[in-house]
Amino acid sequence: MTDGSHATDGQPRCRINDSDVALEADEPLLFTLRNRLGLTAVRFGCGLEQCGACMVLIDGEARHSCALPASALDGRTVVTPEAIAGDPIGAALLSAFELEQAGQCGYCLAGIMMSAFALLTREINPSRARIIEVLDGHLCRCGAHIPILRAVERAAGMLGKPGA
Amino acid sequence: MSGPSLPRSLQDTPQLGRWISFAAPGKVQVRTGKVELGQGILVALAQIVAEELEVALERVEVLPADTLLSPNEGFTAGSQSIEVSGAALRLVAAQSRRALLRVAATRSGHRPEEISCHDGLLRVDGTDIGLDFWTLAPEVDWTETIDIRTTVRPSRDYRIAGTSARRGDVLQRLTAGGFIHDMAFDGMRHARIVRQPFRLARLASIDRERFARRHPKVAILQKVDFLAFVGADEYCVHAAHDEAEAFVEWTPDPGRKSAANAPAAVRTEVRKVQTGHPATNSAIRARYSRGYIAHGSIGPSCALAHFVDDRLTVWSHSQGVFALRDQIAACLGLHPSNVRVIHVPGAGCYGHNGADDAALDAAIVACELKGTPVRVQWSRVDELSRGPLGAAMATEIEAALGSDGSVSAWKLSVVSAPQAQRPGTGGYANLSSAEALDPATAPRQVEDLPELAGGGASRNATALYDFPDHEVSVSLDTRSPIRTSSLRSLGAHLNVFAIECAMDELAVIAGLDPIAFRLRHLKDNRCRAVLNEVAAMSGWRPGDAGGEGHGRGVGVARYKNKGAWLAAVAEVTVDEAVRIERLWLCVDAGRLINPQGARAQIEGGALQSASWTLLESVPVAEGRVLPLNWSNYPILRFSDVPEIETRFIIDENEAPLGAGEAAQGPVSAAIGNAVSHALGMRVRDLPLTRERLTQLLLSDQA
Ligand code: FES
Ligand code: FES
Repeated sequence: MTDGSHATDGQPRCRINDSDVALEADEPLLFTLRNRLGLTAVRFGCGLEQCGACMVLIDGEARHSCALPASALDGRTVVTPEAIAGDPIGAALLSAFELEQAGQCGYCLAGIMMSAFALLTREINPSRARIIEVLDGHLCRCGAHIPILRAVERAAGMLGKPGA
Repeated sequence: MSGPSLPRSLQDTPQLGRWISFAAPGKVQVRTGKVELGQGILVALAQIVAEELEVALERVEVLPADTLLSPNEGFTAGSQSIEVSGAALRLVAAQSRRALLRVAATRSGHRPEEISCHDGLLRVDGTDIGLDFWTLAPEVDWTETIDIRTTVRPSRDYRIAGTSARRGDVLQRLTAGGFIHDMAFDGMRHARIVRQPFRLARLASIDRERFARRHPKVAILQKVDFLAFVGADEYCVHAAHDEAEAFVEWTPDPGRKSAANAPAAVRTEVRKVQTGHPATNSAIRARYSRGYIAHGSIGPSCALAHFVDDRLTVWSHSQGVFALRDQIAACLGLHPSNVRVIHVPGAGCYGHNGADDAALDAAIVACELKGTPVRVQWSRVDELSRGPLGAAMATEIEAALGSDGSVSAWKLSVVSAPQAQRPGTGGYANLSSAEALDPATAPRQVEDLPELAGGGASRNATALYDFPDHEVSVSLDTRSPIRTSSLRSLGAHLNVFAIECAMDELAVIAGLDPIAFRLRHLKDNRCRAVLNEVAAMSGWRPGDAGGEGHGRGVGVARYKNKGAWLAAVAEVTVDEAVRIERLWLCVDAGRLINPQGARAQIEGGALQSASWTLLESVPVAEGRVLPLNWSNYPILRFSDVPEIETRFIIDENEAPLGAGEAAQGPVSAAIGNAVSHALGMRVRDLPLTRERLTQLLLSDQA
């Protein structure tokens, strides 16, 4: 818990979307990303690691950023939704999400995309069951689940094609 | 002279130029009072405008609702947006086109009929005449009044409306901000409100000294029972709010409750739909119920406010910026003309959630910190437990069968908590912090939403079936201290659930297949069509025995008895918990403006309804809502999602009907009937959780 004052000595550092960043020691990563770095595609949904809206990649793995203390990130690499378009997997996901018009309000989507990104980095052609397993920690209140699943499958298909 | 009347929106704002502008080169800017709630309404409205003007969809920009600039179109609710706003904008665009062509004719010496429009460029006999909408616009008299007799393009010529135009807004926000949560101003202060833990709670004490030691960067702002933590650093404020309980004490104030809520009452209205011979011997008398349901937005309610030079500006994801403006002004003693509310998209809200409450929260703090922009965001717990909830309700049905096995008499009685308490409804603020500032503002007398607005508790209480004796009684129970308001489909959810379950119960007694039994009582052809079609889609086998944990069920309704028709078949397996395997939906929503958007709304609504039906009920103890988060208020997950097949019955000649709420009742009923089919016993109380089913099975054996 915080004592309300943020320590500034012995600051942990990490890489966020290819920049070196010094972190406020006792603040969850989400607040640093949104408020200090302006990376607002990372969304606050619950702050309790229950909904997945705040998902980012840490050393390539999908992790909640809402309760993760910045002090745990020293020397790690963080990727947020802002930085995925340049990667072929990210580009495929974005275009698949658009083609499937996946999402209603879209609040849950950026987090979901990060989990899908981590999955597609490791597995070339995941089954629907596997995608469901990976996305099961994400909540979507609009009921956009089916187009979202289709979008992830479509992205996988695009990546599987030669020349993609 | 009488004739068709102008859409309501246009009667209120009849001036053409208030709705549309060609001032930005190459752009058509449209003002609407409707707001984007994640339902894709703005793209559908843009499609309608693009169609009438024959311009590319990309040129049409629908500007955010803003009390200073937009026409007042009331709330964005009740699936009215396409029907009402769509019709209004269609006229607006058609009349603009006519006015522009008139100017073009004068300028070019051609007759208006000779001139055709091509993405804003004007041509005669296929040749450009060197004129376009934007050069002509300054010569049009935009003060002209909108005329109902303006000819609109026949829908058979449509090229844009009726296609699945894509929504750019959602995609953009995948990799960037764009929600209200993402707005920030220089020098902004973050605020978190410590909400009253129960209705009309009195702030008993705050341990300010200990708080100041533990949270030195956070200030306390108190006005009567309104309590906010404020600071420049969001996380400091957030963390302080997380532990508010350690510093703040609340007490009940019984005096307040009786003063504010008197006279607490149940008011009943009885309506005879059809008079025949009332039942002497009922075949069934059954009571169906649901508890309170949380709106459960994935993004918590949020608002910003800034008070400068006697003027207050509020940014909100409210469904009704004008009503909100008026109530904020009243609460803060400001003149409405000094308050401006601007809509910014939030996460999906599914009705009246905490959005408006948050806006007043921010406004109160901004008025205390004059000159400083303020941002308020709710916690997850507050979002689930302290905003207005969907009303708990119970619907009882008593029905008799005649000698021919058809229903001879039917009586439905619904008792519900208030279904609609939006800002300004009944003359009350209906804002959480208004009550914190002054307990006397709590509503005393609450009415149901009028029939004209589709009813609240009474929504879909009248079955679509033809019964020789048909009575409906609607009671509004205002005794509960729980704050309730509109949740997607309002009373239609449980009323349709009850009607459709009762029809199944009666079919069993009559020894008939549930679909055949319904068709016997149905004259409405479009309703018969969706029902027959869903039977064909699902391969419905009359007389399917079910049981052994496997079942199928059907549900059908016409939303509000005047909107879209929807029939659903659900297939479930029950093994401790219910699993929905498949859903078939057949919908008649008239002509579709955006088919993919309509499908998304229908299927999204179906899944949300499945979530309510299987999982959701807000725990309430002694009139208090327990603090909730996603672990003690679970909702449907990816692994719970069934396969869905949806088909639309489309007649291009039929007017478009809103689709967003049509699935709620029928899907819930189909699931309920399928579970009953699978268990061989009736389930009548929602949600159909594992615990509820176990209890039911045990009591059946006892
Ligand atoms: S905001 Fe992190 S999981 Fe919900
Ligand atoms: S699209 Fe709205 S929460 Fe998923």
